[in-house]
Amino acid sequence: MVYFGDLKEKKGKIHINKDRCKGCGFCVEYCPKDVLEMSDEFNIKGYHPPYIKNEDECCYCQLCETICPEFAIFVTLKEKEEQREKGESRP
Amino acid sequence: MKKEDQLEEKNPMEDLLRMDRIPHIWCPGCGIGTVVTSFTEALKKSKLDLDKVVVVSGIGCTGRVAGYVKLDSFHTTHGRAVPFATGLKLANPELNVVVFSGDGDIAGIGGNHFIHAARRNMDITIICVNNFNYAMTGGQVAATTPLGANASTAPYGNFEFPFSLPYLADAAGATYIARWTALHLRRVTKSIQEALSKRGFSFIEVITPCVTLYARRNRLGDGLNLLKYYYDNSEIHHGADTRTLDISYQGKLVVGKFVDKEKPTFLDAMNKHLGKVLGDKYVLYGRINDDRD
Amino acid sequence: MKKVKADPKGVLTGSHYLDGDHSLAEGGLAAGCRFFAGYPITPSTETAERFSERIPTVGGVFIQMEDELGSIAALIGASWAGKKVMTVTSGPGFSLMMENIGLACMMETPIVIANVQRGGPSTGLPTLTGQQDMMQVRWGSHGDYEIIALSPDSPQECFDLTIEAFNLAEMFRVPVFVMTDECIGHMHEKVVIPPAEEIELVERKWYTGPKEKYLPYKPDKDLVPFMIKAGDGYRFHTTGLTRDERGYPVINAECQDVCVRHLIDKINKNADKIIKLEEEEIDNAEIVVISYGITSRVAIKAVQKARKAGIKVGTLRLITVWPFPEIRIKELAKKIKAFVFPEINCGQIVLEVERCSWGQTQVIHVPHCGGWVHDPDDIFHAIKEAAK
Repeated sequence: MVYFGDLKEKKGKIHINKDRCKGCGFCVEYCPKDVLEMSDEFNIKGYHPPYIKNEDECCYCQLCETICPEFAIFVTLKEKEEQREKGESRP
Repeated sequence: MKKEDQLEEKNPMEDLLRMDRIPHIWCPGCGIGTVVTSFTEALKKSKLDLDKVVVVSGIGCTGRVAGYVKLDSFHTTHGRAVPFATGLKLANPELNVVVFSGDGDIAGIGGNHFIHAARRNMDITIICVNNFNYAMTGGQVAATTPLGANASTAPYGNFEFPFSLPYLADAAGATYIARWTALHLRRVTKSIQEALSKRGFSFIEVITPCVTLYARRNRLGDGLNLLKYYYDNSEIHHGADTRTLDISYQGKLVVGKFVDKEKPTFLDAMNKHLGKVLGDKYVLYGRINDDRD
Repeated sequence: MKKVKADPKGVLTGSHYLDGDHSLAEGGLAAGCRFFAGYPITPSTETAERFSERIPTVGGVFIQMEDELGSIAALIGASWAGKKVMTVTSGPGFSLMMENIGLACMMETPIVIANVQRGGPSTGLPTLTGQQDMMQVRWGSHGDYEIIALSPDSPQECFDLTIEAFNLAEMFRVPVFVMTDECIGHMHEKVVIPPAEEIELVERKWYTGPKEKYLPYKPDKDLVPFMIKAGDGYRFHTTGLTRDERGYPVINAECQDVCVRHLIDKINKNADKIIKLEEEEIDNAEIVVISYGITSRVAIKAVQKARKAGIKVGTLRLITVWPFPEIRIKELAKKIKAFVFPEINCGQIVLEVERCSWGQTQVIHVPHCGGWVHDPDDIFHAIKEAAK
């Protein structure tokens, strides 16, 4: 991926609420970076939730967050996560 | 699921959803949840005063949306969401009223109210989730079921001609008409944003998969297959002639923003006309200019 | 309950020569009604026409909807946006409104509906009188609920009782009906409208506490929940489904029990504050003539004739027809010989009188199928029969 100047690619951290998922597969199918995959495990209702296959590929497009009908998956910007872990605050 | 995830971060949509009522009642693979997410995105991006946004729903699967959004919301009787919204808007013109209901509710039993509200150019936004049947009651044939499709009250196939909702809205006088499928996420969000800030009757039709009923009865696969089908077979034609927007059974779908015109709303026309005729005796009603944004 | 003064813009103070329909409109405007959604139907159209003329000059909105179904839905929406609302209709339109009257009861919305009754059933006699919707007003919608119905007997009372109807609707958060008929609706009489300062109005119990603690359907001490309006930031939800105190639908028998009992107790337990009757010479009466609306004026002639003939007759006029004054009827039934009840229908409110008399007294019904008022002699003969 070539970026011009100071442009950096965004990285996303994916949060999946496994028990809310109903296994529809929309997020897996439409993720542009193939980050997610349906798992074989069962959640509390008997559905197969997705699992994160390639977290590093996630580019924070937030498509999975918008498409999920169950509000069960969302993405946060990874810089924010790393900075919080380091204890810094954003300006 | 890591416990830390739940505590650290909250799904950003949660401040617009009634989390005490989630998980919702919609089937796995149902597109209504996706439309609700697009709607909440549109609300956040539009920077509207959310206290003044009111959601009115009718009866049906889409009618349950009112119960899940954290705004002033009303779950009214079948087909009467549009006149209810009319009453709300006229009584308090500062409210931003959104009718979120299904195709059976708006174009079936509520057909008369729909065309009259469009005729009067009521300043409300209608988001019609079209899944081609009456889903909540078990998948009966609706006014939008394509010719030849199967439904529980048309077990041998539907022989009635369906409505083309954008054509109906255009003929009735709507000033903003758009049609998308549930997968056109960002475009639905943008349409909703435009409709919310537009003065006039806005109508957005979103075609969504109905897994348990329409797809199952017609052997069309599951939610993913149907959603894929709708998206792959849709062509975007902005400004297309609304007379050419029929949907045939498993045929091509024409989507896009078809109508975006200006026309005085009911209150604008009322203020202008009665102000002219009655002069000083008339008491001005509502806001005279559009400074909603 | 907040008491407010009437807005002088809406009060047409003075002595007027108006018919019942026009008085209904003036009563509504005096009471503060600033939203009217209706549909034309004989014999009530004059009220809608008067509203369309007057309401733009007092800062309100008039909209003629596409049908009665739309009218009543718009009314409930407007009431939730904080306005005082009213509509007017007759038999066929009344039947159309029934489903949403149930919604108004379930959502506990204050609205006022005037029914200028005509001969029925179906299209019936559009231009002639009747009193044939009296049971329908109570039981018309499906399910168990309670409403309030008032019955004026003159254009002056049309004005006064419309104001009373608005006050009751605001006090009890319930649909209130003003049941007149074509005869009074089209009868011109003197109507005196007092100055605005003399009209006492009641406003709904607005909630003023912290927003997070608000529960839309939690009954207060007087069994009526506090109300708010859409757009104030409470982010409430309300539904036509059986709901709990939060306004969220709960589909089970326990919630239904609490919900429906609340809707019924709200009116029944406050019945003494609602019921208004007009009694005359009832203390020593042997026969009591019960009536309401236009029939009460016709009955006066029969009663005078009977009193001249030496029969001890008292009159009881039902100003409030629903909730029905059960306790008073039970009391009277013990003491008197008979009730004589003329109605312009084939037996509606008389059934309530029979029920509440518990067989302790005779109940003689004087029916009339509609189209005109009773002949006073028919009522007189019934009184004579009862006195034997």
